[in-house]
Amino acid sequence: MTMKVTLNLNGKVVSADVEPRTLLVQLIRDHLGLTGTHVGCDTSQCGACVVHVNGQSVKSCSMLAVQAEGMVIKTIESLAATEVLHPMQQAFKDHHGLQCGFCTPGIIMSALNLVAINPSPSETEIREWLEGNLCRCTGYHNIVKAISAGAKAMKV
Amino acid sequence: MYNFAYQRPSSLSEAIQMSEKAEEGLFLAGGMTLIPTLKLRLTSPSALIDLSDLADLKGIRQEENILIVGAMTSHAQVAAAPEIRNMLPALSDLAESIGDPQVRNRGTIGGSISNADPAADYPAAVVGLGATVQTNSRSIDADSFFTGLFETALKLNELVIEVCFPIPKRAAYIKFPNPASRYAVVGVMVAEYEDDIRVAVTGAGPNVFRVPEMEQALGANFSPEAIENISVSEDSLNEDVHASAEYRAHLITVLAKRGVAAII
Repeated sequence: MTMKVTLNLNGKVVSADVEPRTLLVQLIRDHLGLTGTHVGCDTSQCGACVVHVNGQSVKSCSMLAVQAEGMVIKTIESLAATEVLHPMQQAFKDHHGLQCGFCTPGIIMSALNLVAINPSPSETEIREWLEGNLCRCTGYHNIVKAISAGAKAMKV
Repeated sequence: MYNFAYQRPSSLSEAIQMSEKAEEGLFLAGGMTLIPTLKLRLTSPSALIDLSDLADLKGIRQEENILIVGAMTSHAQVAAAPEIRNMLPALSDLAESIGDPQVRNRGTIGGSISNADPAADYPAAVVGLGATVQTNSRSIDADSFFTGLFETALKLNELVIEVCFPIPKRAAYIKFPNPASRYAVVGVMVAEYEDDIRVAVTGAGPNVFRVPEMEQALGANFSPEAIENISVSEDSLNEDVHASAEYRAHLITVLAKRGVAAII
């Protein structure tokens, strides 16, 4: 039996019929076609699936799609409406904050939640915040640099 | 995951009714343990009763010398609450040490203690601070709430509403986290009250437990030296890939000493 779920995805009100067991990430990727949000581990450890739910970063593989009823969801696709990258995306490009790029959307969405709470995070605070994001290319050093630069660029 | 019916009550009484009517219902709080458990097909409820619309179960308030945390309050909210940071910073530290930011944004205190994971942090706060767990039908003392591995005194269709923490004179929570999961390999809450000293240990045994010998010794002399020769027998402790029982026994004394040292 399916249920209808209606939510605000990246500024647009969208609906889909889903089973109760459908995960939020499956709704975003498979039903609504936005594949920027990735599924890495599917066990809520890697953070490749991080999106914003009502402004907070959440692992979308660990939330049911039906739980998102009436909520505001933002994915990586919401950041750059045109060819111009969001300052955080630009910082990842400038600082080689990605290698294979698989973890990047989740890390950027996670980083933007950090910057919303703490506009000038220290290196230690960035590293602690990234506890929930894994980069299996192990490129953390440049990811931390990119987040720091991105946070500064967002203040301008 | 197996399929199930999804229900989203708008009141506490409706939530309890749904649970009573369901063939095999489970309450869904933050879902940080339950949803991964469903994905692994370790449980197959007929219905999930999502508590996220129950506003009465969210929030933090103070009544005289008691800090009351609603069951659906997230770890991030506990960690960020100024009143907790002022009155009971050990609880802020504990909440801030759970999992990662995304887990803290969704996970709740009620879900954590109802699940009673042996390596969860909140059980150490509930028992170490002598809290009272308020459910929809009664109050349960911390010392009788946790009854075993993933077992609590909660009955069928009983739901945690809020947790009431008496504010101590001083308290500290020190844990040795698993570096990957941030679950407690061992975590120790040390708290001093006007007429009571409590030492509670999570992560080490099948469920949280107190260490009466340490509590007595600290009552006579509140210093790390007072407990340095007191150890918990490794016989009843957990042993797994992360740590041997012997190592956990060692950590209990080390962390308890650090807890005392942090607040004197």
